[in-house]
Amino acid sequence: MSIMISKKQCVGCKKCIDVCPGSLIKTDKDGKAFIKYPKDCWGCTSCLKECKTGAIAFYLGADIGGMGSKMTVKEQGDTILWKIEKYTGDTETIEINKKDSNKY
Amino acid sequence: MKISNQKIIHTDVLIIGGGTAGCYAALTIREHSKASIVIAEKANIKRSGCLAAGVNAINAYIVKGRKPQDYVDYARKDADEIVRGDLLLTMSEKLNEVTRKMEQLGLVILKDENGEYVARGNRNIKINGENIKPILADAVRKLDDVTVLNHLNITDYIVENNQILGAFGFSIEDGTAYEIRAKKVLCSTGGAAGLYKPNNPGFSRHKMWYPPFNTGAGYAMGINAGAEMTTFEMRFIALRCKDTIAPTGTIAQGVGAKQINSKGEVYEDKYGITTSQRVYGTTEENLEGRGPCYLRTEGIGKDKDNDLKKAYLNMAPSQTLKWIEQGKNPSEQNVEIEGTEPYIVGGHTASGYWVDTNRQTTIKGLYAAGDVAGGAPQKYVTGALVEGEIAALDIVKTLKEDNDKEYTEKEELFAEKIKEYNHILEQKDGLFTIEQMEEAMQKVMDAYAGGISSHYQFNENSLKLAKEKIEKLIVLCDQLSAQDYHELMFYYELRERLTVCLTLIEHLNARKETRWHSFAENLDHPKKSDDWKKYVNTKKVDGKIKVIYRELVKEDQFYEHHDQ
Repeated sequence: MSIMISKKQCVGCKKCIDVCPGSLIKTDKDGKAFIKYPKDCWGCTSCLKECKTGAIAFYLGADIGGMGSKMTVKEQGDTILWKIEKYTGDTETIEINKKDSNKY
Repeated sequence: MKISNQKIIHTDVLIIGGGTAGCYAALTIREHSKASIVIAEKANIKRSGCLAAGVNAINAYIVKGRKPQDYVDYARKDADEIVRGDLLLTMSEKLNEVTRKMEQLGLVILKDENGEYVARGNRNIKINGENIKPILADAVRKLDDVTVLNHLNITDYIVENNQILGAFGFSIEDGTAYEIRAKKVLCSTGGAAGLYKPNNPGFSRHKMWYPPFNTGAGYAMGINAGAEMTTFEMRFIALRCKDTIAPTGTIAQGVGAKQINSKGEVYEDKYGITTSQRVYGTTEENLEGRGPCYLRTEGIGKDKDNDLKKAYLNMAPSQTLKWIEQGKNPSEQNVEIEGTEPYIVGGHTASGYWVDTNRQTTIKGLYAAGDVAGGAPQKYVTGALVEGEIAALDIVKTLKEDNDKEYTEKEELFAEKIKEYNHILEQKDGLFTIEQMEEAMQKVMDAYAGGISSHYQFNENSLKLAKEKIEKLIVLCDQLSAQDYHELMFYYELRERLTVCLTLIEHLNARKETRWHSFAENLDHPKKSDDWKKYVNTKKVDGKIKVIYRELVKEDQFYEHHDQ
């Protein structure tokens, strides 16, 4: 359970660093964000939601059944788009309207 | 590396922990007074605390046709009598009021055609809770005269003659040491995770039920300052989805999925359906060779798959990722379940500060709300909000009474604290690391104080060993060092957990019965006894933990501290 941050896509805005409830993300020598304590990630995905460039992906560790699929989040107005890039190469997107309550 | 700077701040009210209860307390104080507030938060109030990923429903609400007493009765039954009636009733009476306030702030709540909230069972209403914490944090940031100090780790209270005077801490960002002087302090730091070896001890060690960043700081500071604590022995163990440790209630209540063993037999009727019985049943089925256990979702209908996946994205996205990654929807595969490692958390069970009806602790001027406050289980989000409000209202009232009191700082105390921080930062690396010590603590608790591998069971001899070993680890802490300010926080988190462990062991040992299976499974006293319809409290006196037994407090009582 952790995140990976694309150095290429990171613009160094530090929003993920500020929001992480464990303060686990730090800045590297180039001013880009990196996860310093990957084993300490709770998996809350707060950082994914802060990242405007989609540089942060969330994955499940192999010890909890992860197979290499990655999840990213994009917010568009009232919509949250959760995109899962599967290890098979397929993708699946789930769209959630923030104004809709959970059915369950 | 050394502490880089030092600051002394004066405020009317210091709130330690800007989670659910802390933020709501700040809103309430500013609504009713002009008192200045400092919120000391070790992360960032935007997503800190239990609500980081969101929450799936409002689980404590008085639905149409029900009354607050019904909620008290439910919580009392679930905790098998060991609750504070006064705390539960005062909380239940305001659950709906705080819910309405959250809706006004922007929380989306499902309504029917008549504009009524849509109930999910007897106590729950349906929401979209993904952004509940940012909503709360935004409201706090808009307040005047409220200073939010993010990334500030508080390590100690300042207490003199049993009166709270403020707290010490340091910034994990820039290494500034803080002395915050306050007339009133609210502790809302949450409960304690990471005491026991977790379900996923390897790479995913923090994929746990409770926030791994809630390390019991509030408990530990209170214990060390001589505050009375209650009911730590009522540990909380959640029944969760295997691996992702995601909630099971959404599936169980949402689509009516029953707990079944590997033979396909529904076993929940055999053990009962209180929170602890659901965990106990699952543990027993595994022990008797009928595991693994599942929530029976196969056949629920494909139409429900998407709604379940969406519901989990709004609170525990790892479970949705797991379903998609495996290529099997819940309707195609039962969801495996397991009990988590034990936590100490006053929002679900009753562990925490012993407070009066106004939520003041036994230290004058120090209040507790949310998961750190004891006696009132089944609080959930709305109960934590209410406790923040109740504490805030009493703070406002009593602030007026002692407005003329002036406190002056004693420079030597702050200097001593900075010396302590610097010692840890400058000390040469010892043989062990903070991480190794944490693992050692978790292993001891797991093996000897009723963790997962001992099926949540213990006896007096094993607790004795647990105590001895934890005490040795505390001594070993003296040789630990920290390379930077973040590691300095890790150091204090470890010490907090060890302090909580010792008090917990004392509580487990003091209750000579088994009232709650799994939560406190005492093999030397496997039966429940009416003699134990009382609270087990503790207080550190002259460095030793003293056990205090107290009679049950009912809802018609207004409880005040008389013997402090």
